[in-house]
Amino acid sequence: MIVDALSLQLGYNATLVTLGAMLLGMAAGVGGTFLFLRKRALVSDAISHATLPGVAIAFMLMVAFGGDGRNLVGLLAGAAASAAIGLLCVSWLSTRTRLAEDAAIGAVLSVFFGMGIVGLTVIQTMKSGQQAGLEGFLLGSTAGMLRSDALIIAVSAALTLALVMLLRRPLTLASFDPEYATASGQNVARTDLAMMGIVLAVTVVGLKIVGLILIVALLIIPPVTARFWTERTDHVVLISGFLGGVSAYVGAALSAALPDLPTGPIIVLVGFAIFLVSLLLAPQRGVLAAVLRHRKFQRRVHLRQGLLALAQGQPIYENLTLRLLRRAGWALPDGVPTEEGRGRAGKALLDEMRWQLIRRDPSFEAAAAHYDGLTPIERVLTPDQITEIDSRIPAPQGVGA
Amino acid sequence: MMGAEFVPLSLTPLLIGICVAVACALPGNFLVLRRQALIGDAISHVVLPGIVVAFLLTGVVATWPMLLGAAGAAIIAVAAIEAIRRLGKIEPGAAMGVVFTTMFAGGVLLLEQSDTSSVHLDVEHALFGNLESLIWLDATGWASLLDPVALAGLPVELPRMAAALLAVAVFIALFWRPLKISTFDEGFAQTMGMRTQPLGLALVIVSAIAAVAAFDAVGSIIVIAMFICPPAAARLMTNRLEHQVAWSVLFAALAAIFGYVIAGYGPLWLGYTSSVSAAGMIATVSGVILAVTAIFGPHRHRGGAAKEA
Repeated sequence: MIVDALSLQLGYNATLVTLGAMLLGMAAGVGGTFLFLRKRALVSDAISHATLPGVAIAFMLMVAFGGDGRNLVGLLAGAAASAAIGLLCVSWLSTRTRLAEDAAIGAVLSVFFGMGIVGLTVIQTMKSGQQAGLEGFLLGSTAGMLRSDALIIAVSAALTLALVMLLRRPLTLASFDPEYATASGQNVARTDLAMMGIVLAVTVVGLKIVGLILIVALLIIPPVTARFWTERTDHVVLISGFLGGVSAYVGAALSAALPDLPTGPIIVLVGFAIFLVSLLLAPQRGVLAAVLRHRKFQRRVHLRQGLLALAQGQPIYENLTLRLLRRAGWALPDGVPTEEGRGRAGKALLDEMRWQLIRRDPSFEAAAAHYDGLTPIERVLTPDQITEIDSRIPAPQGVGA
Repeated sequence: MMGAEFVPLSLTPLLIGICVAVACALPGNFLVLRRQALIGDAISHVVLPGIVVAFLLTGVVATWPMLLGAAGAAIIAVAAIEAIRRLGKIEPGAAMGVVFTTMFAGGVLLLEQSDTSSVHLDVEHALFGNLESLIWLDATGWASLLDPVALAGLPVELPRMAAALLAVAVFIALFWRPLKISTFDEGFAQTMGMRTQPLGLALVIVSAIAAVAAFDAVGSIIVIAMFICPPAAARLMTNRLEHQVAWSVLFAALAAIFGYVIAGYGPLWLGYTSSVSAAGMIATVSGVILAVTAIFGPHRHRGGAAKEA
């Protein structure tokens, strides 16, 4: 059954919805990247919650004019309108009053959502409101979707993705380096507006699939995940789009195949699973890589300090140091240096002495800045310079009787 | 509306609404000033899995397991946000977004997968709550307020919410000075020897207590609205923290009272027969208050004193 769903064998509607979810996930991943880079990820939460009153009002209007309140296009248009109003409120509150953006987001989110709930309870009391199924917009429900609705979602997800790809270049520039974008003649305010437009489109299209409470996850999790795998903006965009598409595709397919799996939460959890794997295993930025780097560094510090102690004939009490020295074959279990260990220790001590000298000499300031107790001095000085330094090492003082 | 049916039907929801609003607005003042306003949003999302897990473990909808579950979930969420922020070097907003959406999704999934049809536990309830249902059946009129038998039948949410309000108020009164100083100038507070990090954590925990206690009674939407809207509106009214807190309490209480009354009686005045969601209406009214202060508030602009009229 799961294999059937993943290979799109579950019938025409499920296939349309799954493909639509995938396109939407890609658009959200790409669009969310710009939001994430501009550090405005949570604005999308306000936008998505602000869709609810629009959905409710659109339903009431359509019923009032004698139509079918469940017409998806009408509902989505209402959602888009009220989300746009919510977005305007956020930017008005955060630019025209002293309130910070987070307070503006929270205020708009809760108030619009509250209004939407009032609307929903009004609809419940209407004659045609009993089977309105508007609750499906909260958490997404793709089960039993009309063919025309599935088609609308698939097409609009594709259009959203096309829009994102079209605006890719200016968005990349503005989110990566707004000052440079302004300097090179780009209207960053307008680009920001376009970015918000994309977020709005993703939110509205995603209402039926993911639901308004969780759509924000589709915009946040893929870019955050993608950031682990690369340091380049253009790659983040591509990887994020790919990951968004994969999580939405797998999530929608699972939800279609298994009973009682609401689409939105499954998509979010699939995305989070990918995030978790990336957090742990990504090269460079992953936790595992960081732990390995730390262990390697720790080893170097201990070896270096151990060698210095050997050279100066000091006893070593630190167990880890002793173990490392023994494993390198530089010391015996009782802390006595081997032949090779003595040579290494002498080299380390000489190195350290040279470092102390150049750190005291202002003319070596640039080189001395590299001192961290680990870097071999050959890496910062030429052989000539080292010879010069060595000449300053004081000869052994008069040996006592 | 002040007739005999007011006491059994409307008095307790009204009082609970006011307690919730004020208990959330008090810590909200500091959260808004510290730019942590969305913590209320995050908390109210993450407690859902905690409550569901508590229900699955105990099999009953009881107060203490749910509070413990919610508190546990809130602690896990805070730890997870910190871990993701530090381990992944990700900005706090995005880390929060990852954690609270995931935990909410997990909660919804658990809820849908388990058989909770026999009890009063579903996603809509968690979001909107059901303030209207917290009625006081044993009351017959105002005289019941003095009747110990009737008082024993008060909805359990009222004393619980009052206790939460008291706890929040005591915390803020006790730590007023350090809270105020560390909110406005954390560096200065540190040089004065204050431990600002535990204090910040304590503020978040107190907010979580208020949120969790309120969540069960009225759903998450009021909680989020009350954490932000009254303090934000109060912020536009004054430059003094003392006055801001007083304004926020006033705004919160007003929103609760008017929201409840409009939701319960407004449709009746307009000739309809059924009321609308009180939670939604309270949030809406708090938004109206914020809108009014954002347009007319004397200190709505950034920086410095109010413009002379």
